[in-house]
Amino acid sequence: MMLRIKRVPTVVSNYQKDEAEEGARRVGGCGRNCLSQCCIPGAKLPLYAFKKLNKIDGDKELPGSEKREPPVAFLDSLLLGEWEDRMQRGLFRYDVTACETKVIPGQFGFIAQLNEGRHLKKRPTEFRVDKVLQPFDGNKFNFTKVGQEEVLFQFEASEDGEVQFIPSAPIEPENSPSVVAINVSPIEYGHVLLIPRILEHLPQRIDRESFLLALHMAAEAGNPYFRLGYNSLGAFATINHLHFQAYYLAVTFPIEKAPTKKITVSDAGVKVSELLNYPVRGLVFEGGNTLQDLSNTVSDACICLQENNIPYNVLISDCGKRIFLLPQCYAEKQALGEVRAELLDTQVNPAVWEISGHMVLKRKKDYEEASDENAWKLLAEVSLSEERFQEVNALIFEAIASGDNGNANLLEDPEVKPRSHEEVDVINTSSHAAMVTGTQQCLVLQLSEEMKKGLHPQMQWISYVTQSGRLMHVMMTKIHHVGKVYHLKAKRQMTENLGQVAKFRQRYEKTAAPKEEP
Amino acid sequence: MESELGLIEQSFNSRYSLWVQEALSELPDSFTITDPCLSGHPIVFASKGFLKMLGYSKSEVIGRNGRVFQGPGTCRRSVMEIREAIREERAIQINLLNYRKDGTPFWMLFHMCPVFNKEDGRVTHFVGVQIPISRKPRRSGRNGVNLCEEESRMNDIFYGSCRKEVCSDSLVELGRVLSLESALDDADDRGLEIEESCEASDVEKTRAATAINNILSVLTHYSELTGRLVCGKRCSLSGVGLLSSSLNISLGRIKQSFVLTDPHLPDMPIVYASDAFFKLTGYARHEVLGRNCRFLRGVDTDSSMIYRIKESIQNEKACTVRILNYRKDKSSFWNLLHISPVRNASGKIAYFVGVQMEEGCKNQVGHGLSPEMRQLSAVGAVRIAVRSLSMGAGPSKS
Repeated sequence: MMLRIKRVPTVVSNYQKDEAEEGARRVGGCGRNCLSQCCIPGAKLPLYAFKKLNKIDGDKELPGSEKREPPVAFLDSLLLGEWEDRMQRGLFRYDVTACETKVIPGQFGFIAQLNEGRHLKKRPTEFRVDKVLQPFDGNKFNFTKVGQEEVLFQFEASEDGEVQFIPSAPIEPENSPSVVAINVSPIEYGHVLLIPRILEHLPQRIDRESFLLALHMAAEAGNPYFRLGYNSLGAFATINHLHFQAYYLAVTFPIEKAPTKKITVSDAGVKVSELLNYPVRGLVFEGGNTLQDLSNTVSDACICLQENNIPYNVLISDCGKRIFLLPQCYAEKQALGEVRAELLDTQVNPAVWEISGHMVLKRKKDYEEASDENAWKLLAEVSLSEERFQEVNALIFEAIASGDNGNANLLEDPEVKPRSHEEVDVINTSSHAAMVTGTQQCLVLQLSEEMKKGLHPQMQWISYVTQSGRLMHVMMTKIHHVGKVYHLKAKRQMTENLGQVAKFRQRYEKTAAPKEEP
Repeated sequence: MESELGLIEQSFNSRYSLWVQEALSELPDSFTITDPCLSGHPIVFASKGFLKMLGYSKSEVIGRNGRVFQGPGTCRRSVMEIREAIREERAIQINLLNYRKDGTPFWMLFHMCPVFNKEDGRVTHFVGVQIPISRKPRRSGRNGVNLCEEESRMNDIFYGSCRKEVCSDSLVELGRVLSLESALDDADDRGLEIEESCEASDVEKTRAATAINNILSVLTHYSELTGRLVCGKRCSLSGVGLLSSSLNISLGRIKQSFVLTDPHLPDMPIVYASDAFFKLTGYARHEVLGRNCRFLRGVDTDSSMIYRIKESIQNEKACTVRILNYRKDKSSFWNLLHISPVRNASGKIAYFVGVQMEEGCKNQVGHGLSPEMRQLSAVGAVRIAVRSLSMGAGPSKS
């Protein structure tokens, strides 16, 4: 079975055609200044090179050190200036500052915007929602097809460790440039897309390097009201070409106000907390000895989710100091017909911004009736169940812990997975890589210490987690082909990794030890 | 820097008379007073108690933003709550981890409240009292990190749900689970001890409130001497044409020279002008606010340009003109003026922004960003500030 939903895709570029047209159009020699091979030679764009931060904390400046507020928030000015320029050149589909917006009165401060123009002129398209990792498809719309006038600047780490700006720098494919482009259907002022290494055609999938780039952008902009967001496939990303979104809104988001409860602090000093009293269950990451520590921890968590085929959203807030990670199951519920019609009627797609509390509404009626209660109702549908959330957490903490041990990106090298539990027999219809790319239908079976290779599978109970958040215990009689990747684990191992007991252990058995010393 | 300090002194002394500093110095508490109308929302007064507690000298503190006392262990959420309170112009009492000059962190109870202008209801200052939290935490956390206050309170809930979940998880492994659970019970107390506790006591809370009252009564008293009365509660609604302090704070961060004018008031007066505007034109704040921009014109100003400006305002369109303007000292300069309508949260035009740029002037350090780009970036920043800060909870005007 394949899960699909129909929705109106967001038009992010003026060169984005309906998929049908897109497929028919010939690529190459297009003569409209895009970012594909045909138009890159000779093309120039501003280039901003940021200084790599070693300390995560940019605030701690002593008066003696005479490092007052940075003279100009430079990236901020560059982005705003370029964006305003595109606005005055009329590149956007509508003037977002003419869209009515308000803070909904109530306890949480949800923000509503009435945006009737965003979804016009576009046919609903089918999206597959049961695969978080899908291979890049060059025939579909991707960001190399945007016009160069839609690109604001190139964004990269500076080589000599100082901020650099070149107003007009050639685009050099061999340097794998990352670019910042406008979203022609903005949901707030300054809505842009950060596209890491655009010419490499990366699919929508987090890796450590790209996430660090996004975090640098948040830190570099240095504005708590400039936030970055990420939607995985299956969590309302519509374009399978790696990108982060970002915009300005000088209001605190409800998710940023939600109380949190610390779960653990990693060896690298990254504090992981759980959101409390918020309709969507999620984790908050902050601290860390360096920006890179924080980035690695979060990206390992994201990689874990996408490898386990769990759709998720990420919000980078507070200049990169706080990161929210929110696994979700709305699209799956929608595809299975489990979402109530009244919610579907609003046509609100709960992606990262909606989950954070910024609701973009398409109907005047919904805008006028917007209330805490309605927002809560919608978001509650997005959230995993408590049971499922704890299971997912267990997977995440396992991934973070192995990341701490110095193991590199699990995704890039499945062979060096830590063998904390005796691995692993992969019963698979095709190669190992299929698990990663997700192109094949496969079934992955993990056996615990008790499950010796060669022992008849019928002798074993196996637990597995379905995408809709159910933990199922089954007696394996036969290996089935299924439409998606499930990670199966034996029951015993499950108890060790899942639920509050595991959480407790991770929390105290690790952190208690150093306390004995003094 | 000089003029900045001048502004700070002016902010304070002009409202409360010269003797207020002395009177405030006699109060024993640790507190600061900040001015949201100045760029960067700087500290304009710091008590002796405050300087002693943090180990700074007066000159190191005046003119700086309170955030310099925060550090890596400061709870980001608490910082955000303070930001919210300033924005909403209300009082807040919160536990906060601050850092002394030598880098050592300490917990304090931070109590902040706005001081209002009695006449027009605007926030003139914020008073912040810092009471050190005396009760020692039972155990120190890791390097002072991870200190969020709700935690000990939440422990019960945490373990409560924990047991329930474990039990419901599976029957097969019940025996195993039970043994784990007893292990959990043992660990329970230990767990509580590790948590950092930093709740301020009622005594400390009362102390903070008393200190605030003392400071407010001093400020009120001295404002009577100048006739520019202040009070601790908003006495009248914000007057028409005045910007909220939060909008003032946001606009104050924009470094370019610009003015906001209100097209809904007779003669389109200036309702905000940036520090850089005063520097460029030589005028002072009170000489500018409430007046129409035409005082910048002079004998040689080209009237066709003035017509173009009027036209663009009428058509509600952006425009850029090159116009000859005059400073207060009668010297003239070519002004590359960009004008654009700015909409509020209901999508209606609330102001016009005019960004001035002196032609041929080697402008500040810009890392190579072109003057035009900087001008546009100021427009963008103004748009965000005006839109976001007119969203406040409550029925939107339509």
